[in-house]
Amino acid sequence: MYAKICLIFLFLSRGGAELLFKGVKEHHVTLPTQSEPWDVKQLLVWIQRNLLKERPELFVQGDSVRPGILVLINDADWELMGELDYQLQDQDNIVFISTLHGG
Amino acid sequence: MCQVDEDFQGQLEHTEVPSISKKCVKCKEKTAVVVIRAGDTYCRDCFREYFIHKFRAMLGKNRIIFPGEKVLLAVSGGPSSCSMLSQVQEGLSQNAHKKLRFIPGIVYIDEGAAAGRSVDDRKTAMAQMQTLFEATGFPFHLVPLEQVLDLSPSVLVMAPSPSEQPGSAYKAAVDQFIQSKGHWPPRPQDQDQDQDLDQASLPDIQESHTQLLQQLMSSTKTQTAREELLSMLRQHLLVHTARTKGYSKLMLGDCCSRLAVKLLSSIALGRGAQLAQDTGFSDSRYGDIITVRPMRDYSSKEIVFYNHMFKVPSIFIPGLDTMTADKSSIQRLTESFVTKLQADFPSTVSTIYRTSEKLQTAWKGSCAADVCDTCLLCLCALDTTVENASAFQATLISEQLSQTKPPETSSAINPNLNPGSALATTTGQCCSGEGECGKKGGGCCSSPRVPETTDMRSLLCYSCRQTVKDMSSVDHLPAYILLEAQRRNRRSQMREQISEFILDEGV
Ligand SMILES: [Zn+2]
Ligand SMILES: [Zn+2]
Repeated sequence: MYAKICLIFLFLSRGGAELLFKGVKEHHVTLPTQSEPWDVKQLLVWIQRNLLKERPELFVQGDSVRPGILVLINDADWELMGELDYQLQDQDNIVFISTLHGG
Repeated sequence: MCQVDEDFQGQLEHTEVPSISKKCVKCKEKTAVVVIRAGDTYCRDCFREYFIHKFRAMLGKNRIIFPGEKVLLAVSGGPSSCSMLSQVQEGLSQNAHKKLRFIPGIVYIDEGAAAGRSVDDRKTAMAQMQTLFEATGFPFHLVPLEQVLDLSPSVLVMAPSPSEQPGSAYKAAVDQFIQSKGHWPPRPQDQDQDQDLDQASLPDIQESHTQLLQQLMSSTKTQTAREELLSMLRQHLLVHTARTKGYSKLMLGDCCSRLAVKLLSSIALGRGAQLAQDTGFSDSRYGDIITVRPMRDYSSKEIVFYNHMFKVPSIFIPGLDTMTADKSSIQRLTESFVTKLQADFPSTVSTIYRTSEKLQTAWKGSCAADVCDTCLLCLCALDTTVENASAFQATLISEQLSQTKPPETSSAINPNLNPGSALATTTGQCCSGEGECGKKGGGCCSSPRVPETTDMRSLLCYSCRQTVKDMSSVDHLPAYILLEAQRRNRRSQMREQISEFILDEGV
């Protein structure tokens, strides 16, 4: 069994964050305990179910984030951290930044 | 494309499972934090150095901005233009040898009216920008898009450029600067004192102006044309601001991801002939004001990472295209296409971008003195004066044929059915109603109304014709555009008359 994981995540875009996450840019969340470790892929599903009810296509696409949204895990490029397979640790800091003009 | 994607993605992208804590390719010591340019991993310090160096190298290589020159930075609040602003600050704080040597100022165009934002939202955004700009110590100008309605027709005329400066002049100017040990140029605060005063209060916006602007936007039937029109108006206002405040260069924050999208969407919009000017490092279509794009070597990923790591503030202000669907306009669709392709093929943007570097302007020297040879809206050389056997002429002919209809039915029943007939009706009423309008060919009354659609069209390049075609009526265009159209039409009429006369004399 794994302990609860506390995360801070930020979503930054050109106005989209306001509409997607009801005006809240910074979220402090506690993920429920589950039998296997949390990875980023599961986090995206969790975000979609719990925080993002309208127009999820602006944030996720398939299993991953929408192309054009950059992900930083503890201030490093998620490409260096294993992307969707990265296993979340307690107190991790995840940032999503949209580079899209119309996003 | 999907086929290719499925077959090769595995090999191209996921051959090696990314191992945690890779080393930096530059110093080979520290842990990398960012992956750029298809696989180069950089640590924080090396990334910073790389980023700062690139900006200076871009300006140094092109040798376009002279020491002491006044340069206007167009800052929208987005990550790219804010990053440009921070690089200029960075460059000015360097020691004399590496120091940037121009005098910067900032302009922000508030497009809230076009994007349909509330007055309160706009005020908040304006105040945020003001705070951001005040922190730089540079002079700045907050300009609501409404001011485009007060422009004079001269903004559409290419101004004579100051005499061409040879490469040796650049070097001499730099040497002079280095000898003065960087005390020159003077600190920006010392001058523009009076400007600082009027910066203190936010500009007033007349409600009637906002309404006029919104009418113009809603008279445009497609999102594609709306975005094109907005970018023309923004450009006119930027050039006007630069001219009236004494700047000779205008810096735009277009990054290479943005330019790749612009390049492809420009082709789709029929702007092939203007590509080099629309996406190149520098653009001299306005004559006296040269536009430069110093951020064109950076990808949006580099910019976003740099801004995040080094706390470069940016302000996200929703625009005309924010939260719109992928298919709402050609520009949005192209962005989505390029971004999706880039996700699977990381060299997409750089490949498109390198293509843009190879493009060159085929400048027709002969028309330099004649304003009638540049497009009324985008000010590029007209691409419509081509021989009869061209694709352009073929398009025109088929368009004319398909629009031919029995003269009475359509226009009599519903004059608003198409813009051409609607305009013909207005003109007819104006001239036949009172009989006061004077002789033929003298222009119709003094009101800024263009006599016929066709007359306006002949003044536009192919792409801008399509934009105007998507408007329900050209009457909503700002007065400066309509007045300039009238003036050019009168001039060409006059020239026709004179040319006959000259021919007779010649014989
Ligand atoms: Zn390094
Ligand atoms: Zn044009």
